[in-house]
Amino acid sequence: MKWDEFFVTGDPLIYGADVSIVLTMAGILFYMTRYKKWKWLWTEWLTTVDHKKLGIMYIVSAVLMLFRGGVDALLMRTQLAVPEAKFLDSQHYNEIFTTHGTIMIIFMAMPFLIGIINVVVPLQIGARDVAYPYLNAVSFWTFFIGAMLFNISFVIGGSPSAGWTSYMPLASNELSPGPGQNYYLWGLQIAGIGTLLTGINFLVTILKMRAPGMTLFRMPMFTWSSLVTMVIIIFAFPILTVALALMSFDRLFGSHFFTLQGEGMDMLWANLFWLWGHPEVYIVILPAFGIFSEIISTFSKKTLFGYKAMIWSMLLIAGYSFLVWVHHFFTMGSGAAVNSVFSITTMAIGIPTGVKIFNWLFTMYRGKIQFTTPMLWSLGFIVNFVVGGVTGVMLAMAAADYQYHNTYFLVSHFHYVLIAGTVFGCFAGLIYWYPKMFGYKLNERIGKWVFWLFTIGFNVCFMPQYFLGLDGMPRRVYTYSEESGWGPLNMLSTIGGFMMGIAFLVLVYNMYYSFRFAKRETTGDAWGGRTLEWSTPAAMPPFYNFAKIPEVTGLDHFWRQKQEGKVEKLTAKDIKKIHMPNNSGVPFIMGSFFFVLGFGFVFDWMWMAIIGLIGVIGTLIYRSFEYDDGYYVSVEEVIETEKISK
Amino acid sequence: MANKTEVNGHGGFPWKHLVGFVLSIVLTLFALWVALGTDLSLTWILIIIFGFAFLQAALQLLMFMHVTENSTNTKLTGRVQVGNILFAAFVAIVIVIGSVWVMTAGHAKHDKHDKPKTENRENHGGEHDSEEHGSH
Repeated sequence: MKWDEFFVTGDPLIYGADVSIVLTMAGILFYMTRYKKWKWLWTEWLTTVDHKKLGIMYIVSAVLMLFRGGVDALLMRTQLAVPEAKFLDSQHYNEIFTTHGTIMIIFMAMPFLIGIINVVVPLQIGARDVAYPYLNAVSFWTFFIGAMLFNISFVIGGSPSAGWTSYMPLASNELSPGPGQNYYLWGLQIAGIGTLLTGINFLVTILKMRAPGMTLFRMPMFTWSSLVTMVIIIFAFPILTVALALMSFDRLFGSHFFTLQGEGMDMLWANLFWLWGHPEVYIVILPAFGIFSEIISTFSKKTLFGYKAMIWSMLLIAGYSFLVWVHHFFTMGSGAAVNSVFSITTMAIGIPTGVKIFNWLFTMYRGKIQFTTPMLWSLGFIVNFVVGGVTGVMLAMAAADYQYHNTYFLVSHFHYVLIAGTVFGCFAGLIYWYPKMFGYKLNERIGKWVFWLFTIGFNVCFMPQYFLGLDGMPRRVYTYSEESGWGPLNMLSTIGGFMMGIAFLVLVYNMYYSFRFAKRETTGDAWGGRTLEWSTPAAMPPFYNFAKIPEVTGLDHFWRQKQEGKVEKLTAKDIKKIHMPNNSGVPFIMGSFFFVLGFGFVFDWMWMAIIGLIGVIGTLIYRSFEYDDGYYVSVEEVIETEKISK
Repeated sequence: MANKTEVNGHGGFPWKHLVGFVLSIVLTLFALWVALGTDLSLTWILIIIFGFAFLQAALQLLMFMHVTENSTNTKLTGRVQVGNILFAAFVAIVIVIGSVWVMTAGHAKHDKHDKPKTENRENHGGEHDSEEHGSH
């Protein structure tokens, strides 16, 4: 392979990206060395097993990926703003919509939510860490390495261009030659390991590590939604793992699972992909539902309405989520019986979701509503998500779907549910728990600007796309003719897209502004919260979270304690020594070997893949002979950290 | 955090895991031999390797997956275990039977590539169909 096949060449945009990557790397290297930060980085972050720090790293990665996926989106909107634009050629456009979709779902939405789950769930259930802290670090590093492997594709080797769904035979060697599609397969495969491990880790954490007295039906709603999400992850992700492995065999070793020759079944890929893909949709929406539940309850100053109905509807959604996958390819033509059944299941899954919407409305009914920024995002979610939900029921009708399929109507629908649901949820959760992570709130005034800019931009961007779709504009086209008449609405949509981009920049500015000027929190209860994470005396909980594990007597335990004036004051004799896990560099090293393995497979360099594989197995063997039972934090250290006067 | 059961798990040589591992490998190799090394008809090969697959799944549940374990004796753990197994069975059945149904019903049949070419051309997938309907 010659160097000009290894690096992507010939496009000024890519050269610009090359330069900015080199400059950023050099800048980071200079800064880290100049201010002697390498040791700090290694001991505080790269080797950490603390769920709060891992959560913050997940969120930081997700925000970076939101930037990357957002730039992709704006490049696409620029190309589509006017008819027959020459900004991107068709191949480049295909690569960009592929990476946009894959990054936003796999490397932005999921890690953002998993990051918030990491920070919040152990605190909400009164635990000092997750059940398997070491495994948690492995999860993060496999996710991060998978994401990086996928991201370098646009400068090294070329990006995948078969869509985030990568349907066969388009994604086969014949129609997608070169390393691009392999990046998709191995980036997702490696990150998928991390997601599956997270699923197991948090399922065990929530089932086994709750504080005494916290029965399942006393858990906060966000913890419940996380629990249900983890169950879906555990059952759905193996399907993706197997499907990706089979396609990798097809591409690398010449097997015929999904190929056109040799009795392969190309549509079986679509079938398996959506068997995972639809539960995946609920993996990224249920935690967001949990976040909104917490926020709406807190800022209405009321217990969540219909707590049990919320839980049962989530469990129903978890079951239904495995029964609707064919609605993604009604037009494959499975026949009337199949399409009818999946049409009905799809409409049925709207019922538990509707129950939840009404529960949120009734929670606010006669509540004392405070219009803080997290609450604004939650209210915006209800309005906009319903638009996405209603168009979803329209798409669920198989006969009508033949009209909507593959048009901008569909594109608009899933952006209405994924942005108004998941992205609003991520922003709301980030702002709500920001003081828990960093000890100060984001500025509310700038936050309201972000909300209005983003929400108006979002509607300006995607509302026209419904009408473009009904007018027949297909998705995944890189340009369209003047005569089609789609020009004006596309221009409007692009303007909305750039408003969302500006809103993102203002959000980042708000992080900087608040870092500089925000008032530091003096208590752990920044918003007048109801659940245990707000009960820590310090704004940012210490690494062991709770000096004394709380005893829970019911739902909204901390809120009722405050109402009854019974918030416990810690005394020196409450303190016992605390058992904590040791940091470890092995997960990071294992992740690095995964990168070598993935990179080798991407370019079909077996020697490199084998080195990576040996490294991964080596770190596994090393770990199984490592007898590390953690360490104890002494009573004196706890007393000093908690500032208890003797 | 290391809880108590985990610490206990470290005691003694893991015979159960080793036996389970060796048996799994043997069953896999045997299935491979049946598929590649024998002259049985396709139907029989499928029946035999499916048999091995179920056997191996059961083996793994018993040897690795703690299916018989009842560590903390609380009512909740038992219920969670039963719920898990039922949900797993539900998902497995949906995936297998659902996929077979979806991939063989109606026009999707052409994907099997086991019909003569001429018949294939007659009903070549949903997209063509919908175009024809559109032109009427």
